[in-house]
Amino acid sequence: MSGPAISVRGLRKRFGDKVVLDGIDFDVPAGSSLVVIGGSGSGKSVLVKCILGLIEPDGGSVAFDGVDILRLPAAERAAARSRIGMLFQAGALFDSLPVWENVMFGALARRAIGRAEAEQQAPGVLAQVGLAGSVGELSPAELSGGMQKRVALARAIAQRPDVLFFDEPTTGLDPIMGAVIDGLIVDVVKTLGTTAIAITHDMASATRIGNTAAMLFRGKLVWTGPAADLLSSGNAMVDQFTHGRRDGPIQMELRR
Amino acid sequence: MDVVATIGRVALDLCAAAGRILLFALAGLSHIFRPPFYAREFGRALLEIGFFSLPVVALTATFTGMVLALQASTGLSRFSAESAVANLVVLSVTRELGPVLAGLMVAGRVGAAMAAEIGTMRVTDQIDALSTLSTNPMKYLVAPRLLAGVISLPLLVVVADVLGVAGGTLIATLKLGIDPQIYLTQTVHFTEWNDVSSGLAKAAVFGLLIVLMGCYNGYRSKGGAQGVGNATTSAVVAASVLILAMDYVLTELFFSR
Repeated sequence: MSGPAISVRGLRKRFGDKVVLDGIDFDVPAGSSLVVIGGSGSGKSVLVKCILGLIEPDGGSVAFDGVDILRLPAAERAAARSRIGMLFQAGALFDSLPVWENVMFGALARRAIGRAEAEQQAPGVLAQVGLAGSVGELSPAELSGGMQKRVALARAIAQRPDVLFFDEPTTGLDPIMGAVIDGLIVDVVKTLGTTAIAITHDMASATRIGNTAAMLFRGKLVWTGPAADLLSSGNAMVDQFTHGRRDGPIQMELRR
Repeated sequence: MDVVATIGRVALDLCAAAGRILLFALAGLSHIFRPPFYAREFGRALLEIGFFSLPVVALTATFTGMVLALQASTGLSRFSAESAVANLVVLSVTRELGPVLAGLMVAGRVGAAMAAEIGTMRVTDQIDALSTLSTNPMKYLVAPRLLAGVISLPLLVVVADVLGVAGGTLIATLKLGIDPQIYLTQTVHFTEWNDVSSGLAKAAVFGLLIVLMGCYNGYRSKGGAQGVGNATTSAVVAASVLILAMDYVLTELFFSR
């Protein structure tokens, strides 16, 4: 079974005078992955938070299978969130809870299962991201950065979500661990059949995770195409960004 | 003209802040009465605010009672009224010093810790993570703490009252040479239920204010470590000032004739 198709139309957000999202439009077909790339401060995280409803957008719509989730009443929006998993940039694990409780937090919060049952199920979920069950007894502060990312991924997939969001999944990791996390993401997206949106400025990660890719610059999507074409897109801005060139159209635009 | 504009701007900012705090408080309080209830979070907050504050509140109350007895003796001796030491100590402790000092101690200890914890959760996306996991952060983080604050502070003040009076008794009997039985009998006979209950009511309000300031400032913190530090400072300062201001308002309410 595939997750829902996602359709974003005219998404706008400004903070004071600063326009962060300026009419974003894109579609993600059911069961596929979109990677959004862009420089620091280009609004990638705001985009994801607006889609999730964590930040109220100024305008536009976000539809899952044709239903605009931003227009849903609070209770129904909360229910819709139970279909969504999110991997935050820094993991966002709850410091005060052991790993197993972090992983099973969604099910425990919804009273879907009891604590004893959750503790029994946690090792199975941890195994899906390549962690031993014994890790469940540790606190997040005792884990390395890579392990924290894995636990955060386990928490995101524990509820078998229909839609997954990844915010800079490889930031702060060494290249090998980054590749491992990307591999896990590809595996879980495929296994669960979810629709996924990832934001990153790691080009290796973008090409590994995404089916399609888009580049965000100054609140607008300036290019959309297959993720495999990222390094040879033919778009001057994308080329400058993906090849890490100091000079090019991005710098010229930023100097204006 | 600039001065008027500045005063106007500051007044408007203060009104806006008061409005934001009021809305935050109403949202938090409303979640206390609506399921789901997070009993574990409530239990943890009760321990943190109440049980772990016992030592600092106990020590503060004991020494305050002792100092009060000494000072009262000095002052009252000028009117040959040393026999009123017990009356003055118990009245001061139950009506004012018990709730106010316990409130200030807890504001420094718990208000700061709460603002730091919730502020760190805010800047590390943990509060957003709660939302994505179908959990209302106000219900999970704020409501249990507010309830625990309102319950814990009066309990702490009961302890503070007892130990404050005990401290006064200790000095009165050992240093001032007053007969302990006479001192305690006088204390019991002089104390009215209204003295104690007004102190407990004040404590409940102070508990609410401390937790509200801790949660509100933590919840709104931004900008990393510096933002969390600012939130912590603001929480303690705001709670301390509000405790003293509200103490006057409540005293007027309870005792003005």
